[in-house]
Amino acid sequence: MKTDELVTLLTNRPDPVKTHAVGRRFAIALGSGMFAATTAMVLLLGVRPDIADAMHLPMCWMKVGFPALVATVALFAAARLARPGMGLGHTPEALTALVAAVWILAITVLLKAVPAERKELIFGDTWLWCVLIIPLLSIPLLAAAMWAMKGLAPTRLSLAGGAAGLLAGSTSATIYALHCPETGAPFLATWYVLGMFIPAAVGALIGPRVLHW
Amino acid sequence: MSIRRFSGNRLSEDRLRDLLLRGMAGDSGAYHDFLKQLSAHLRAFLRRRLTQLPDEVEDLVQEILLAVHNQRHTYNAKQPLTAWVHAIARYKLIDMLRRRTGHEALNDPFDDEIDVLAASDTEAMEAKRDLAKLLAQLPDRQRLRIQYVKLDGLSVVEAARMTGMTESAVKVGVHRGLKALAAKIRGGT
Repeated sequence: MKTDELVTLLTNRPDPVKTHAVGRRFAIALGSGMFAATTAMVLLLGVRPDIADAMHLPMCWMKVGFPALVATVALFAAARLARPGMGLGHTPEALTALVAAVWILAITVLLKAVPAERKELIFGDTWLWCVLIIPLLSIPLLAAAMWAMKGLAPTRLSLAGGAAGLLAGSTSATIYALHCPETGAPFLATWYVLGMFIPAAVGALIGPRVLHW
Repeated sequence: MSIRRFSGNRLSEDRLRDLLLRGMAGDSGAYHDFLKQLSAHLRAFLRRRLTQLPDEVEDLVQEILLAVHNQRHTYNAKQPLTAWVHAIARYKLIDMLRRRTGHEALNDPFDDEIDVLAASDTEAMEAKRDLAKLLAQLPDRQRLRIQYVKLDGLSVVEAARMTGMTESAVKVGVHRGLKALAAKIRGGT
């Protein structure tokens, strides 16, 4: 087939292209992934029983707000990486600033605490649950985010997979925060961050294989 | 060889962008002009880069055209068209070189800021790989829809009647078929 024939073939009776394809695809992925992860969390773990009281505490809002902000940044990064030639924009700086803010808060809390309490502030009672459950809850979200990315056109596959993984991990952490009874900033800065970055690493690792087009 | 340099890249950027946007809205004449002019730019761009592999140029032009067509929903009107096209061309170029050498880790000698729309070359060479043959290998349900709509130029309504499918099934079938064609190219057949 000659190139001119291919051009004629491709342009014969073209469909109008739907606008906002990138946004729509991520909306579908995030909606279904969140539904699956939230259902799993509510059925298997349950929302923390004291959620009504906890909502008066600033730490409870921070625990939900921090991963939700990371998820917002990851969504921007993923939507940019899904389009050829867009680059990362300012998303790396935004992500660094968020993590740095939580770490600074955590260090401040640790310095103010009496030495005997520091270990408890970092590990809490449920650190192992936290690092296990956040990646587990993120599995449906990761599958959905990779599906969204796969139907678009990422050209930097590790980065695109990493952004999709971080989106999955941070959304999963936001959902897990509704169950998690811990209250310490050092706990958040350690285990939530680790829990979110495990799916990101998985995404970056499988990106080149899964997202190839 | 009829290589023509444009007075400025801005000129081709603006003109091509306008044609693409009109094509995406459903104007098939504008879309035809877009892909036709884009193929000339891609040819010039690749000929300068593949001086050792001149036989690969036309195949790669076709592969990139198909990729541009299949992924055109990812173009954002606020984004420079040059950057979008360059990223796709570079991705497919590196992919082709990897397929040839079997190397996973390849130094990227194409990461310069050379403008993909800077030059134009309308003199097509013969492609080594025949897309018509690859098209014939697709399963009937995909091949027939491409045949009716894209080659015979039937409307989606007519093609739906011929195949006994719904109209949306015909549209999806054409889209999936062209994606399957791109996958066949990657498979190295």
